[in-house]
Amino acid sequence: MLKLEARANPSTLMSWLSPVFALLLTVLCGVILFVALGKNPLEGLAAFFWEPISNLQGWAEVGVKVTPLLLIAVGLAVCYRASVFNIGAEGQLVLGAIAGGWAALHMNDGGNTGGAAMIAVALVAGMLGGMFWAAITTVLRDRFNTNEILVSLMLVYVAQLLLSYLVHGILMDPDGANFPQSKLLDDSFLLPIIMQGTRLHFGIVLALLASGLGWVFLSRSFSGFKLQVGGMAPLAARYAGFSSRKSLWTSMMICGALAGLAGVCEVLGPVGQLTPTISPGYGFAAIIVAYVGRLHPIGVIFSSFIMALFYIGGELSQSRLGMPNAITGVFQGILLFSLLACDVLIHYRMRWGK
Amino acid sequence: MGNSHQSPGDRESDTRLLLRGITKRYPSVVANDGIDLTVLTGEIHSVLGENGAGKSTLMKIIYGSVKPDAGQILWNGKEVHIANPSAARDLGVAMVFQHFSLFDTLTVTENIALGLPKHTKLDELAKRIETTAREYGLDLEPQRHVHTLSVGECQRVEIVRALLTKPQLLILDEPTSVLTPQAVERLFETLRKLAAEGCSILYISHKLDEIRALCHTCTVMRAGKVTGICDPTQESAASLSRLMIGAEPPAIKYVERQPGATMLKVDKLSLPKIHPFATALSDISFEVRAGEIVGIAGVSGNGQQELLAALSGEDIRAEYNAISLQGEAVGHTNAAGRRLRGLGFVPEERLGRGAVPDLSLAQNLLLSHQGASTVKHGFVRFSALSGIAANIIQRFKVKAGGPQSTAASLSGGNLQKYIVGREVMREPKVLIVAQPTWGVDVGAAAQIRAELVALRDAGCALLVISEELDELFEISDRLLVIAKGRISPSIKRVDATISQIGLWMSGLWDQGDPPSAPDVELVPEASHA
Amino acid sequence: MLAALGLLINEKSGVVNLGAEGMMLVAAIIGFATAVNTDSVFLGFAAGAFAGMVLAGFFALLTVWLGTNQYATGLALSLFGSGASAYIGINYVGNSLQNGKHGVPLLEDIPFIGTALFRQHPMAYLAMLLCAAIIWFLYRTRAGLVLRAVGESPSSAHSLGYKVRRIRLYALLFGGACCGLAGAYMSLVYTPLWSEGMTAGRGWIALALTTFATWRPARVMIGAYLFGGVTILTFYMQGLGVAIASQLLSMLPYLATIVVLVLISRNANWIKLNMPASLGKNFTPH
Repeated sequence: MLKLEARANPSTLMSWLSPVFALLLTVLCGVILFVALGKNPLEGLAAFFWEPISNLQGWAEVGVKVTPLLLIAVGLAVCYRASVFNIGAEGQLVLGAIAGGWAALHMNDGGNTGGAAMIAVALVAGMLGGMFWAAITTVLRDRFNTNEILVSLMLVYVAQLLLSYLVHGILMDPDGANFPQSKLLDDSFLLPIIMQGTRLHFGIVLALLASGLGWVFLSRSFSGFKLQVGGMAPLAARYAGFSSRKSLWTSMMICGALAGLAGVCEVLGPVGQLTPTISPGYGFAAIIVAYVGRLHPIGVIFSSFIMALFYIGGELSQSRLGMPNAITGVFQGILLFSLLACDVLIHYRMRWGK
Repeated sequence: MGNSHQSPGDRESDTRLLLRGITKRYPSVVANDGIDLTVLTGEIHSVLGENGAGKSTLMKIIYGSVKPDAGQILWNGKEVHIANPSAARDLGVAMVFQHFSLFDTLTVTENIALGLPKHTKLDELAKRIETTAREYGLDLEPQRHVHTLSVGECQRVEIVRALLTKPQLLILDEPTSVLTPQAVERLFETLRKLAAEGCSILYISHKLDEIRALCHTCTVMRAGKVTGICDPTQESAASLSRLMIGAEPPAIKYVERQPGATMLKVDKLSLPKIHPFATALSDISFEVRAGEIVGIAGVSGNGQQELLAALSGEDIRAEYNAISLQGEAVGHTNAAGRRLRGLGFVPEERLGRGAVPDLSLAQNLLLSHQGASTVKHGFVRFSALSGIAANIIQRFKVKAGGPQSTAASLSGGNLQKYIVGREVMREPKVLIVAQPTWGVDVGAAAQIRAELVALRDAGCALLVISEELDELFEISDRLLVIAKGRISPSIKRVDATISQIGLWMSGLWDQGDPPSAPDVELVPEASHA
Repeated sequence: MLAALGLLINEKSGVVNLGAEGMMLVAAIIGFATAVNTDSVFLGFAAGAFAGMVLAGFFALLTVWLGTNQYATGLALSLFGSGASAYIGINYVGNSLQNGKHGVPLLEDIPFIGTALFRQHPMAYLAMLLCAAIIWFLYRTRAGLVLRAVGESPSSAHSLGYKVRRIRLYALLFGGACCGLAGAYMSLVYTPLWSEGMTAGRGWIALALTTFATWRPARVMIGAYLFGGVTILTFYMQGLGVAIASQLLSMLPYLATIVVLVLISRNANWIKLNMPASLGKNFTPH
């Protein structure tokens, strides 16, 4: 019988290997799933892992998906390290899209010519939008001790309904044949494309920048240290005089800003307008990205890459293999499960025994 | 304490419990190594050993919570395998735990019911509880919720729960750490009565005086092995100590010093309960001067945690000037602020409060070293941290892999040495220490106490809160007692006696003789714990 | 209400299962599919409950035996459940079920009260019965006492010899079955068809309900009816042509949940006294 035996010291080797194992386990499950559905597993794997990166265009598409995932995941990494379980990043993304998108549309309508300064204004507006939405959850937790998991989640539904309301109403494109979407933004208001002939836009630069800054913050700054101690051992943080309130606000505002930025980048980037489906669940996928990346701002670069592959793979397998797009969600869930299971090996050893 | 106990010689010569070669291994330590133990019917048998000797593990094996890796257990002459606590209960083994196995939000009756076999009816159980409790002199109200009980009352619940199973063997694991000296005496009477009725008692302790007063036989353990079996009445504290730790306990030289200016002053500190299970503080006033050690004695659960939190700055609800450091009012300043003003604090819990388990020793410095030497422009100076940590490890002889070892990898004693060292290195004006040597082996404990005394000699004002009266008597200049959230008048250590402090621990400092009278006579009816 | 009662038992044993939404969704589609294929609503419910139990069992394997973080695992379960249910349900979008009239004969004809109280689907009665049964179980039986003890202090329960992990497993399975029934109810009775994500956050609201009800079954029932009331209110208001956009009205249940959570959480003492102390913390015997 397989038995679990506690290790005397947690194994650092396993904490690096665990995500790799989890990925392999997910792939294995994927193969089984493909076979069970009567599809060729090799084709399925190819669609998910090889095709997306087989050419430059593919890499660019991956980059487009990586941008929002990475931005949010860095923010979530900070939050989760502080033991603030912000599940509502999706809502903060939507609010960022609304705020930034509205600002851009407003400036566009006003006959402005766009350009870097205006785009920057829209980006900041997006960040503020996300921060505002996060602030609601934070205030409730700070003042009233309300569980941030449930509140931030409820706010996601509210945010989505709000977006739908706006896009059906005041933001609707008057020339759009009554479709629920806003006007298209002029090219001068969109984020510049950094790879000619693709959709890869400036957002990826911002994302990588966020990742780097996040790493510096968490590993080198005193503020980041205080935050993490608050998450690891709250009594020790009290003892040391680290304000848990400051840590709560810092982490949530960072996360809200990054999620909002992700939202407005989607509007000013690949989508070009405000629609009700501005995000295919990036906010939730980013949760998985954050965990698989070990809550490390650099590690999440790799896990967001994997997750982007899952998204694109899902789309590809729909067109190539006739499998529904929902397969992506299944894989995401399996990945997280596998990671959690493999993480057990960090603290325990497997043994054959009686 | 009287020395009246009957020898079980004229009882049946049956052996109640016989352990042969019991061994139990854990990943990092061998807890029990070939233990032999013999307990006779109606005998009060003590197992003596310091913290970490393996006593608790051995008891868990007898009680069935843990299975031994090797060895035999014979019960009343027949070999048995105790699969789980229910099986042990069926045999007639009952255990009173050191860390209570009670459920706070349930009533006394419900708690006791959980320790009894399945088909107990709750209503008649309440009656049985009252009868049994009264019979043995332990008063209990069956319908009260456990979280409203004092620590002493909680222990009574545990004992009654054990008694109701009509045990043939009763195991008590460090029962007196939560009792005043008077309550200890009453417990001993109960135990003697039980033994006279034929029940065997296994008494786990590291307190030499109690064992010599109560027990018929003593098995001494050290580092998982049995080092000797003796009759404690024939032994002296020194000889028992030699068996327990291999040497005589080191003595601390006490030199009288003149205290200086008041460093820490507490003035009419009152705090309401922060949650239903806490203790309210009322009207606490005392002061600590430079160059003296003030000890606060008291049974756990009487407000020590709350007082410590208020003093260290983890609880800032106090009145603005109820607490002052060097004359400056700090009632509303948080822990970091108080550190800036010269306060140092060693908390009771090491892992999780005094240190973060998964961070390195160097990183753990940041919990209290937050000045220019370690943090610059908001960034952490890692190289500086390593240096200071290495310094502490060397000076305080901490057994650790190095400044980068995680706090969790150190043994309890070594981690405590590091934390004490960390605070001492900051050269605080006031140092508050809670339970300085709890769970620490004797060698490290002596070293820690010596450091505290050295700090005092250097002019620091120290406040030590401890549940070990012996320790306080060893290092304090003055003593205070905390009981039910109130504090007693101060008394110089040379004028105090154990029995008097014991009375005070029940909150009775307003009655009886004035504090300066030596050797107060015991008044048993007045005490209640 | 069904889901919340099941989750209550879970949390009383000290385990929080955030995967409620996922379990409900999967059960909804499985139940629907079964009902469509077998033409039996009863089998649909049974299948839904079974599906919930399977998922809960998987959750138990991870959190109780392997000791993974309860919150993260529950989240994963929800995400997985959304994806899996959407996937399985692709073929069933657009199907709908026939639903017979139901109610207690005779009693339902009493004017006004009869309609309100007695023309409910059997599941509604089952839910109320379940509530009563749980109250009896938790506070009057030995097993219920043991469950509460395990949630309070698993280490103490373990010292006394109770099999903590097994008890938590049973609690989780029961919770899963209830969530399964709830999910099946959504797709079989509430709106007898399938659409992606049709539980619309009810699983999460059920979780909030257990906190709101301070872990007391009777209060769960009150809370559930309150929430149901708000939802129906929004429908009525839309029907009456009230000049508020439908999306804003749809927000009401979620906002109401937030308000309620805030009100309850304000008093930290309440929570401390009523919350099972070991909620969310894993336990490993040794």
